[in-house]
Amino acid sequence: MITLTHYLVLSALVFALGVYAVLTRRNGVAILMGIELMLNAANINLVAFNKYTAPGAMQGQIFALVVITLAACEAAVGLALMLAVYRSVETIDVDEINLMKW
Amino acid sequence: MIGEAIAFYLLAAAMLGFGVVVVTSPNIVHSAVALVPVFLGVTGLYILLNAEFVAGIQVLIYAGAITVLILFVIMLTVGGTGLRIPERNEQGPIGFAVAAALAAMLAIGVTHTAWGRGGGALPAYTPGAIGQSFLGPNLLVFEGTSVVLLVSLIGAIIIARKEE
Repeated sequence: MITLTHYLVLSALVFALGVYAVLTRRNGVAILMGIELMLNAANINLVAFNKYTAPGAMQGQIFALVVITLAACEAAVGLALMLAVYRSVETIDVDEINLMKW
Repeated sequence: MIGEAIAFYLLAAAMLGFGVVVVTSPNIVHSAVALVPVFLGVTGLYILLNAEFVAGIQVLIYAGAITVLILFVIMLTVGGTGLRIPERNEQGPIGFAVAAALAAMLAIGVTHTAWGRGGGALPAYTPGAIGQSFLGPNLLVFEGTSVVLLVSLIGAIIIARKEE
């Protein structure tokens, strides 16, 4: 029997994978991939809560759709920033992008 | 019920296995391609949770659009194999410790909480209910999201454009 807790633990593990990617990657695009993993973990939680704690309301699925839309916006802007950074400093290694670092 | 459990554990194993490839692979292209099975695993979970419309949107936007966008940017930046810069920084152990501690705290938290259960049942046809909700009680959310989408796409075009 799969319960809400199973989904929540799985999404916690996926979220931790995303945190690990953000903390240890040097490539800016890989950091964006970690952020996508974290957003997916949040979406699993929203849809699981929708089914198991408030099945009558559709808010969980509505929020999941809004989060998917905003994740697409975030990916578009983030990847455009990566392109612009690559064009001006010739690298997307986030350890090398320290132009504004004191 | 037993079929649901088998499907859940298979999807979870596939998601976590390919997720580890995404976060640890030394080749950025492998990471980007391994994102696709992770997103498809999430789609399977949505189907298990009776959210067919969200599952369809997940395939279209994540497995389709976002993965292709990421691959395009990889090819346009570090190019080809993407092996020119070291992919991992020197914070591997401490990053692993932080991620493991976070996962353990979240898992302990959610397993020791008694989640309440509200009334009602899922509607038989969830896409219809989602459409009614978006054009009814959640109209402001819908309109706000569309404005954010428009602004961010215009912003992305302007940021990525070549300077004259």
